[in-house]
Amino acid sequence: MIPVDQILVQIVNGLVNGMILALVASGLTLIFGIMDIVNFAHGDLFMLGAYFGTTAFLTTGNFWLALIASVLAMALLGAVLQATALRPLLGRDPLTTILATFGLSLIIQNYALWQYGPVPRRILEPVTGHFKLFYIEYPWYRLVIAFMSAAIIGGLYLFMKYGKHGIWIRATTQDRFMAEAMGIPVPWVHTVVFAIGAAMAAAAGVLFGPTVGVNHAMGFDFTLRAFVVVVVGGMGNLGGSILASIFISLLESLATIWVSPAQAVIVSFVALIITLLVRPTGLFVPTPK
Amino acid sequence: MSTTTTGPSRAYWTSFAIVVAALAASPLVLPEFWQRFATEILIWGLFAMSSDLLIGYTGMVSFGHSVFFGLGMYGSAAALLIVKPPNLWIAILVGVVAAAVVAMFVAFFSTRLRDIYFSITTLVFSQIFYVIIFTWTDVTGGENGLTFRQPPFGITGLYTIPFTQNGLHWFVLGTVTVSYLVLRRITQSPFGTVLQSIRENEPRTRAIGYHVERYKIVSVMLSGCFAGLAGVLYAIQNKFAAPDFVLFLVSGEAVIFNVMGGIGTLVGPVVGAAFYLLMKEVFSRVFYEYYLIPVGVIFTLMVIFVPQGLLGAWKRALNR
Repeated sequence: MIPVDQILVQIVNGLVNGMILALVASGLTLIFGIMDIVNFAHGDLFMLGAYFGTTAFLTTGNFWLALIASVLAMALLGAVLQATALRPLLGRDPLTTILATFGLSLIIQNYALWQYGPVPRRILEPVTGHFKLFYIEYPWYRLVIAFMSAAIIGGLYLFMKYGKHGIWIRATTQDRFMAEAMGIPVPWVHTVVFAIGAAMAAAAGVLFGPTVGVNHAMGFDFTLRAFVVVVVGGMGNLGGSILASIFISLLESLATIWVSPAQAVIVSFVALIITLLVRPTGLFVPTPK
Repeated sequence: MSTTTTGPSRAYWTSFAIVVAALAASPLVLPEFWQRFATEILIWGLFAMSSDLLIGYTGMVSFGHSVFFGLGMYGSAAALLIVKPPNLWIAILVGVVAAAVVAMFVAFFSTRLRDIYFSITTLVFSQIFYVIIFTWTDVTGGENGLTFRQPPFGITGLYTIPFTQNGLHWFVLGTVTVSYLVLRRITQSPFGTVLQSIRENEPRTRAIGYHVERYKIVSVMLSGCFAGLAGVLYAIQNKFAAPDFVLFLVSGEAVIFNVMGGIGTLVGPVVGAAFYLLMKEVFSRVFYEYYLIPVGVIFTLMVIFVPQGLLGAWKRALNR
C-alpha cells in the first residue's frame, strides 16, 4: 500500500519538473513550428546555458544576474548558430536539419566537456529555505523554479500575442511564403525564434542548475524528453507541449515510487508509444479535420 | 529492372575485385595497429551499409540502429557464454536473430510514422533498450557488460582453428563482402524497387496497391539483421559486449557514416566509416578526447555543403 502523502509529494515534484521541461520543450516546439527544424541540440543549449550560468554566478555572485547574463549570451549564440548553420538549410528536407543539429549537439557537448571538465559544477540556490510537506522538508526553491518557469512561459504567450515579432512569428508559422510576400523579414524571424528558443533553454538550465550538478551529459536527457513531449503534445502546438510536459513529468515522478529514476524514464517512453499507436497527431490537440 | 538493360558494367566488377583484393592483402602489408584498424573499418562499414538500406533506399532515417548492433553483440555474447564449447556459427545465428526480432518489434511501432517522427521513435526505442540493458545487471552485466573468449573458426567437432589477427580480418572481409552483394541484390530486386518508390512517393506507392507498412517493416528488419551481424563481428573481434554500444551515439555514428560517404550507394557508407574512423584517429592525436569537436564541425559543414557525400557523384554508377 502506497501512502497518500508519498503520492502527493511526487505530484508536487512532477509539477515542478514539468514546468522546467515545459520551458525547454516550448522552445523546441516554437522552433519546429516555424522552421520544421527538429533541434537535436536543444538539450545541449539547455546544458550550455546552465554552464554559462555557473560562470556568470562565479563572476557576479548573484543568481539572478547570472540567470539574465546566461539567457542573453545564449540568445546571442542561438542567433549565431541559426544564421551560420541552419539558414543555408532552409527549404531542404527537414531530415537534413536533424543531421545538422546533431552535428551541433556533438560540438556543443564536447566543447562543454573541454571547457568545464568532467566534474559537475554547482550553482547555489538563491532561496535556501524549506517548508514542511508531509514527511519531508521541501525546499522553497523548487517552487520558485515552477513559478519562474510559468512566468517566462506566460511572458512568451503575451509576446506571441501582442508583440510585433510575436505576430510576425505566428504569421510565418502559418504560411512562410505569404508572410514573406506581406513584407515580413522571414529569415530574421527565423533567427529571432531560434534565439528565443535558445534563451528559454538557457533559462531552464540555470533554474534547474542548483537542484543537480551541472554536467556536460545532462542535455541529452532533456532533448529526448522534449522530443517525447512535442510528439505527445502534438508537433508545433505550444499549449499542447506545455500540458504534455506536465503530464510526462507527473508520470515519471509517480513511477519513481516503484522503480529507480533511471527506469522511470521508460514510463514516459511508453506513454509516447501509446500516443503514437492511439493518436499519432498528439494527445493534447483538437482532432484534425 | 527489365532484362533488356545491361547489368553492371565490366568496369564496376573490375574495380570491385580490385578493392576486395586490396582489402584482403592489406593485413599482409600494414603495420599491426592498422591491421586491426582495417578490420574495424569493415565492421563499421557493414553497420553503415545496413542503415543505408533504410536511409538511402527506403528514405527513413533511423536514429536507433545502435539497438540492433547491441543486440547482435549481446546475443552472440549470450550464445558464447551458454553454449559449450563456444560455437562461432551459433553465436552469429543467435546475434542476428536477436537483432531481427528486436528490429521487428521496433518496426511494428515506428513504421507507422514518417520522416522525423520515425527518427524520434527509433531514438526513443534505442534509449528504452539502453536503459534495460544498463539496469538489468544480473543478465547483461550492467555497466561492465559481458566478456567471453573468442570462439575458434571452423566446424565444431570436425576441424577448428583459433582465429589469428589475419584470419579474423579475412573472415570479416568475407562476411562483409557477401553482405554487400546480398544488400545490393536486395536493393535491385523488385522488393528493393518498391522500397525506393516508397522513398520517392509514398502515397503513390500505396495507391498502386503495395502494402507500404509491410514493406517498411521488412526493410527495417533486414536492416536490423545486418546491423546485428556487424554487432556480432565486433563482439567476436573485441571479446566483449558493452552497453556503450547501445547508446544513441552509435546510432548517430551510423548516420554520420552515411551522410559523409553518400546515402543510397551502399559503398559510400563504408567509405564514410573509413573516413570517420581515420578522422577520429588523427584528431584524437591532436585534440585527445575532444576529437568530436572538429569531427562535429566537419560533419555539419558536410551536411550543409556536400549533402550528397563523398561518393554521391557516383551514385548512378554504383547502383547499376
